[in-house]
Amino acid sequence: MIKVGLIGAGKMGISHLSILGAHPDAEVVGVCDTSKLVLDVLNKYTPFPCFSDHKKMLEVSKPDAVFVSVPTKFHYEIVKDLLSQSIHVFAEKPFCLTAKQGAELVELAKQKGLINQVGYHNKFIGTFNEVKNILNSGSIGDIYHFIGESYGPVVVKKKQDNWRSNASEGGGCLMDYASHVIDLINYLISPVKNVKSSLLKPIFSEGVEDSVFSLLELENNVSGVLSVNWSDDTYRKMSTQLTILGKKGKIVSDANELKVFFKEDNCPEGYTKGWNVKYITDFAEEVDFYLRGEEYSAQVDYFIKAIQGKVPNNKNTFESAWKTDLAIELIKLSA
Amino acid sequence: MERILFGDNQFFAVNHISDEKSRTQSIKFKDDQAIIRTLDHAINAGINTFMCTTHDRIANICEIIRQNPNKYNDFKIYPCMPYAHKYANAVTELGIVGTLKEYVPGNFLGSMFKGGIAFLSKDYLSMMELLIDTEMKMFKGINTPVIFLQNVITDLLLGLGMKDILIAFHGYVKKKYNAEAGFITMNLPLLIQVLEEGGIENPIICSSINKVGFRMSGGRELYEETLRTKKFRGIAMQVLASGAISPKEALEYVCGLPNIESILFGASSKNNIHETASLIRQFDQEIISV
Repeated sequence: MIKVGLIGAGKMGISHLSILGAHPDAEVVGVCDTSKLVLDVLNKYTPFPCFSDHKKMLEVSKPDAVFVSVPTKFHYEIVKDLLSQSIHVFAEKPFCLTAKQGAELVELAKQKGLINQVGYHNKFIGTFNEVKNILNSGSIGDIYHFIGESYGPVVVKKKQDNWRSNASEGGGCLMDYASHVIDLINYLISPVKNVKSSLLKPIFSEGVEDSVFSLLELENNVSGVLSVNWSDDTYRKMSTQLTILGKKGKIVSDANELKVFFKEDNCPEGYTKGWNVKYITDFAEEVDFYLRGEEYSAQVDYFIKAIQGKVPNNKNTFESAWKTDLAIELIKLSA
Repeated sequence: MERILFGDNQFFAVNHISDEKSRTQSIKFKDDQAIIRTLDHAINAGINTFMCTTHDRIANICEIIRQNPNKYNDFKIYPCMPYAHKYANAVTELGIVGTLKEYVPGNFLGSMFKGGIAFLSKDYLSMMELLIDTEMKMFKGINTPVIFLQNVITDLLLGLGMKDILIAFHGYVKKKYNAEAGFITMNLPLLIQVLEEGGIENPIICSSINKVGFRMSGGRELYEETLRTKKFRGIAMQVLASGAISPKEALEYVCGLPNIESILFGASSKNNIHETASLIRQFDQEIISV
């Protein structure tokens, strides 16, 4: 049994908590939040010990691992504290406010030999992993362009302020929404090396951008476009899509549907020349407890398994999330 | 409950396998009349129960139903609450407390915060009751014999171990609306266990059940065993696994399972509605004659 604590019971925190609560190998030994209301409800209706101070929780509950799902600006300090106490850490995305902070944490986790993971859940989605397999097979030929897109209805009218509308606290469409797409591009194609230029446009928000449009250049010298907008209410929920163009084929994938075009007969097994359409039902791996999508349970399970030594700590590591933070910085600089 | 229930995913651009199909549906069902026409096709196919989420647009549909009492005399709606994306998007923007302030009616929260009163257990349950009442407003005057909790909430509470809230939902729906509570879940075996422990007998549970094991947490075999051995009124949803299997194969499998009282499906075209309904009846007939 892995003893797990959680700091920050907001939207993602509550979701992690529910998945952890149902996980057969995890025991939730403490939950920490600053909201009296949230804490009081958890205290009354859940079996989890609740705390308003995370230091107190660590002292009393002595967790093996902690989930950190507080606003981004607090990640650095809290994660550093956890690592120095030799606690395994799962942090929410984006990783840190600056790449410098992230680099320090990457190094510390490595030094201490601790399991570290960040919540970029797209890497646990079957369709995107199949994209990785196809790219590894080389069957779409040399990649010459990509388009990474994400759209959704988060800020669709002028509203009150909170930390998500404050850039210095990690708010805005770039850190919250675009980070997912950047991380996916980093993972599937190659890490971002250079940003030619960017537009960070506010639509309804004041002080932060609601959309991000960028020209990216990757370490493997492929270039492409990033287009993200969280003020688009023609979408029911966040929808992330990646289009990859190669000299011998093309891939269009989102979380549900994978479309691949091959120019030649030389295709991976299960595919033929021309268009191929596959669905998440072909790739989704069954989970023991389902909450909002297989990927949310799968990432938590992977983290627990990594602590148990059953899987390598190589998915969504601090290092890969730090590279996404680097790209975010480059985008800001180019805007 | 009727054997066949008509679902609403197609009306609100919910498609589990294709964003493109979602968009096509959202264009097709832009007008309320298009939804009504499709509901009428379902009624003509002998389906008189519409199971739908508490989406804003359902309010318009309810109004049309109220205005035509003769036509919709036998028509029932099973509301499924809440329309989760409304709240999920709000939580991303406003946080949990901000969302409650936005959606809990009246000055309920305001007075709680201002007064700084110690929150009594009773207050949270009445907050839940207020939220249920808000979601139920649109169904006034319509026959709603079963009221469902959406899977994202059922399963969230399940994982958190908040079984008292699940039980309170069950109790309130009975007391206030003289309706049966239903629970939608992606974790059927676990939910049954928790509801049983909570003393809820023979609950109505709607769950993903299909031949390929899609969204059946713990696996198809565990689900089949649960259907054989546990006491509950089952509704099978996602029986077509979002189109991963042929309708014939899919429905033959589900019709052959024990303890499934109803089958829920949604479709956009008259032909698909009639075809699915008649396949279910055909397989049911075959099983009876065997």
